[in-house]
Amino acid sequence: MSSLRQGFGGPGPAHGVALDVGELPTYGFGHRSLLWWATASMMIIEGMVFAMVIVSYLYLKGRVPHWPPSGPGPDLIWGTVNTAILLASCAPNALAKKAAERMDLAKVRLWLAVCLVFALAFNGVRALEFTALNVRWDTNAYGSIVWLALGFHTVHVVTDFLDSSVLTALIFVGPIEERRFVDVSENALYWYFVVLTWLPMYAVIYLGPRIA
Amino acid sequence: MTPHIQSIIHPAGIEAARISHLWWVMFGICAFVWLAVAAATLIAIRRGRHAASAATDRQASFAVASAGVASVIALVALLTQSVVTGRALDSIRTPDALRIQVTGNQWWWDVQYENPTPSLRVTTANEIHLPIGRPVAIDLLSNDVIHSFWIPSLQGKIDLIPGRLNEIWLQADTPGVYRGQCAEYCGAQHAKMAMVVVAEPPDDFERWLTANRASAPAPVTPEQERGKQVVERGPCAMCHTITGTLAGGHTAPDLTHIASRSSLAAGSLPNSPGYLAGWITDPQHIKPGNHMPPTGLNADELQAVLTYLETLK
Amino acid sequence: MTAHREAHPRLTENDPRLDADALERERRLLERTWAGGRGVIAWLSEVDHKAIGRRFIATAFAFFALAGVLAALMRIQLARPENHFLSPDAYNQIFTMHGTTMMFLFAVPVVLAMGIYLVPLMIGARAMAFPRMLAYGYWMFLFGGIFLYVMFALNIGPDNGWFSYPPLAGPAYSYGKRGDVWAQLITFTEVSGLVVATCLVCTIFKLRTPGMSLNRMPLFVWAMLITSFMVIFAMPSIVISSTCLILDRLVATHFFNQAEGGDPLLWQHLFWFFGHPEVYIIFLPALGMMSEIISTAARRKVVGYMEMILSMTATAFIGFGVWVHHMFATGLPQFGVSFFTASSIMIVIPTAIQIFNWIATIWTARRLQITVPFLYSASFFFVFIVGGLTGVMLASVPLDRQVHDTYFVVAHFHYVLIGGSTFPLLGAIYFWFPKITGRMMGDRLGRISFWLLFAGFNLTFFPMHLLGLDGMPRRVYTYPGAMGWQGLNLLASAGAFVIFVSLLVYLVNVAVSLRTGAVAGDNPWGAATLEWATSSPPPPYNFTPQPTVASREPLWHSELRPPAIVGLRPDDREVLVTYLLDAEPDHRYSMPGPSLWPFLAAIATSVMFVWSIFQAQGVVWGAIPVFITLVGWFWPTKGKARLERGVTGRLTARESVS
Repeated sequence: MSSLRQGFGGPGPAHGVALDVGELPTYGFGHRSLLWWATASMMIIEGMVFAMVIVSYLYLKGRVPHWPPSGPGPDLIWGTVNTAILLASCAPNALAKKAAERMDLAKVRLWLAVCLVFALAFNGVRALEFTALNVRWDTNAYGSIVWLALGFHTVHVVTDFLDSSVLTALIFVGPIEERRFVDVSENALYWYFVVLTWLPMYAVIYLGPRIA
Repeated sequence: MTPHIQSIIHPAGIEAARISHLWWVMFGICAFVWLAVAAATLIAIRRGRHAASAATDRQASFAVASAGVASVIALVALLTQSVVTGRALDSIRTPDALRIQVTGNQWWWDVQYENPTPSLRVTTANEIHLPIGRPVAIDLLSNDVIHSFWIPSLQGKIDLIPGRLNEIWLQADTPGVYRGQCAEYCGAQHAKMAMVVVAEPPDDFERWLTANRASAPAPVTPEQERGKQVVERGPCAMCHTITGTLAGGHTAPDLTHIASRSSLAAGSLPNSPGYLAGWITDPQHIKPGNHMPPTGLNADELQAVLTYLETLK
Repeated sequence: MTAHREAHPRLTENDPRLDADALERERRLLERTWAGGRGVIAWLSEVDHKAIGRRFIATAFAFFALAGVLAALMRIQLARPENHFLSPDAYNQIFTMHGTTMMFLFAVPVVLAMGIYLVPLMIGARAMAFPRMLAYGYWMFLFGGIFLYVMFALNIGPDNGWFSYPPLAGPAYSYGKRGDVWAQLITFTEVSGLVVATCLVCTIFKLRTPGMSLNRMPLFVWAMLITSFMVIFAMPSIVISSTCLILDRLVATHFFNQAEGGDPLLWQHLFWFFGHPEVYIIFLPALGMMSEIISTAARRKVVGYMEMILSMTATAFIGFGVWVHHMFATGLPQFGVSFFTASSIMIVIPTAIQIFNWIATIWTARRLQITVPFLYSASFFFVFIVGGLTGVMLASVPLDRQVHDTYFVVAHFHYVLIGGSTFPLLGAIYFWFPKITGRMMGDRLGRISFWLLFAGFNLTFFPMHLLGLDGMPRRVYTYPGAMGWQGLNLLASAGAFVIFVSLLVYLVNVAVSLRTGAVAGDNPWGAATLEWATSSPPPPYNFTPQPTVASREPLWHSELRPPAIVGLRPDDREVLVTYLLDAEPDHRYSMPGPSLWPFLAAIATSVMFVWSIFQAQGVVWGAIPVFITLVGWFWPTKGKARLERGVTGRLTARESVS
């Protein structure tokens, strides 16, 4: 279709050449969709916030000789368990995404429901993680930044659960236009984002105190 | 006060002189650039109106590129001058500098002349004396919020940040009285957190230092004695220190030699009995929001206190 | 399910859908489909980018007026030494409100708003992407500003300057709610800015009309694209820092408390990492406006299209690498600091290239027209450049350590912000006024208000350079008479009065022109870009038929006769989504119509934000209504109707519920 860029000879629009787009589809997946770009934008925004949190953590760490200044670092158990759950949740997420791109309604419903089970699990374990931090947010700057880091990621984990629940409800209740499948595909992208941003946060929160 | 006692372009010390020189070089280059661009704009407008230019876009781009290169040259010149000045400024450091420690408070300056021998240290407030021709290193701390130490006649500014120790080097070369002022917004009375800086010959400076090492003289007249009693037993002693008396508070300026200072309330008022009386009676009227409450002294007590404070030279 | 069949657009010659009668019928259908409706509910449910853009611009200028009144009060107080017109506390609140209002409630929103109005028109699109999110962005901006001013009226206005440094702004030295009000205002405006930036990026990338490849986009659109990316990368930093400040103040965290391992300088780093790009966010759109205005006045395309884009991009990138120049007086190590001197000097180069390209454009004009918009743009070369040059001075650490936090800096940033953004903006309002309202602004009043502003601005701010050099610090509610500063201060205050008069004249011009201005045709300036190819004001659906382009200056190359778009349904809000690089047609997308949910969600969000500065649990409980309104917003209600009408897809309503 590059001929468009050179234009055409002939009279103007009133009697002229038309580009008929009537047969084009009413949806597109991946970077073809507007929603993908909005999701990407949101991922950059949230990613920058995560980056700022990590930078602040490292900055505060560099200001004191001992880190944590007092007491032990967070217990590894719940954080590590949750990392495993989050990573595992990528499997039903990937399957839901693929099913959506095939417009396979039955499979989309199945895998979204499985994702929700994982979401319940990682939200529950996240609550346990907070109890295992071994410091309060108001103890010192170390406690403050650790709670901020975990808390900020938790906001994402919770919203991921909430919006996936709403989407799942919608997929079961209907009506289903093609663009609902685009919604499922984009939601999967956000899900990946929540899991992937956890990895550096896990390293900072749980391994940070253990690295000299 | 004479004008230009707080001026960047009327330096009274070598460091400020170096920066003032930098200013004039930069000003000269920048003024030239501004005139060149202004002229080019006006000429361009004139040509554009008469459709006189037959320049092709390629020629236009070449002109743009040339102007770009000229800009880079100007910027390099400015950067070079800045780097040269920076290096020169650093050269003032020496091992046998006079050392002073200044602590910022809302809204006054605590000044301590350091000395390995504790009895030779001097504590004063809101006024700094400097010997001319000698490098001075000032350690800067803050007791509360971020302030900024700035004596434009002598040097650039540097912040006083709680939890950090900053250092500034300067040297006074022209004798005189200058003014410094806090230059980082620090709350309600930021506008009235100034200091007096006296640059004097080394002998005068040593004399001042020696006089300030002494404790407060004992009162001579009964009125002075009464004033000292009011100070020790009243609200004054809770915040202020007068060495040699029972007044030992540390949250307000040291008053041991208050009568020798030329200003009150961190440069807000001249130091004369009338102003001092007004200040003591109602500091909130002059500097609303500052941490000194009205003292509630009656007329007799006030008169006695003034008489006593006058002896604290 | 049915296999995914790729369809292609087709070119047809002598298409009957482009006949006058057919177009007229389509216009009537489109009017109905895209109509906004009347009444209060309809007004609250508005999603048309032009209506939202107008509201944004008007609201931003209302805040501009408020901040201007505050500035006038400051100048009255400072006109004389030891003045008692304002108490110290009142002055400190006022200078904080002035800066906060100008930066967060005027300068950024107004330039984004120009983009909201103009970008879809300039790219030949019928709408902006995510219209409801756009509406939400407007409401959050409005509610944030209202919140701030209500608090100010209740004497709980912030008073720690527009950058609110801890520990002064922390819990130990700023009692009460003032500091929290400031920090939460930031949250309102950042949410607003971020959603608008997202809308702009998606629109510019995906809704450009066929033929408008990236290298055919108008320079203003490029400026808005780059600005939006700056918003996306910069604003998160202040989201984090303002959140940390609220947490320090409300729940005893210690981010900035050095006694427990925190650091006041962490605030400064986080704030200025946002704060410096912020000023380029304010500046770059104005550069785009200038390109369009100068190009039109010179009746030729801007010299150096590629160089202009690369310059704006370079400015945006380097702008993220200069923030420490706001911290030269904090005692940071010299080695680190010199990097920022270098970057702060380097950033001048791309802007200089742009300036030279504009001058070259003017020089080679085909009978330059000195219109009022051109005057405002040309003043940039005299006003902004002063600020740019003092900026180079400030990049030098030794000199900065003398003039930092003095009136020299106040002069500098007013010269760059007003010279670099406000002057072009006022010219841009004048320039696009006919497109927005259908009427021309008055020429005489336009010239009078311009010259008054030029004179008044210089009278006010030039003396401030001298005051700074003479030792007058910033943010002081008064100064001693013996310093000799009163003459220049009086001059500055007199200049402020002249500025006030000039803006009053401008406002009168707007008001009178709205009623009795000369009726503008489609393209009164003879400009080149697509927004001038539709009526003034444009219909709600912007264009019919949607034009395509075959050049960078479509209206100056109408002989190329690119095809027009047909096939978008008039009974649904369809827009054409295209591919990113070369804008080839991809698919049709059904835009949402008017909806009350953005307004309701903004109310819920505002309640949550305000509640949470008084009680920590406000964040949790306040989130529930937000969640409810978001569910209401995103739950599709038109899907079934669209399926039944065959507007969407191959799945029938029956197949879908299986």
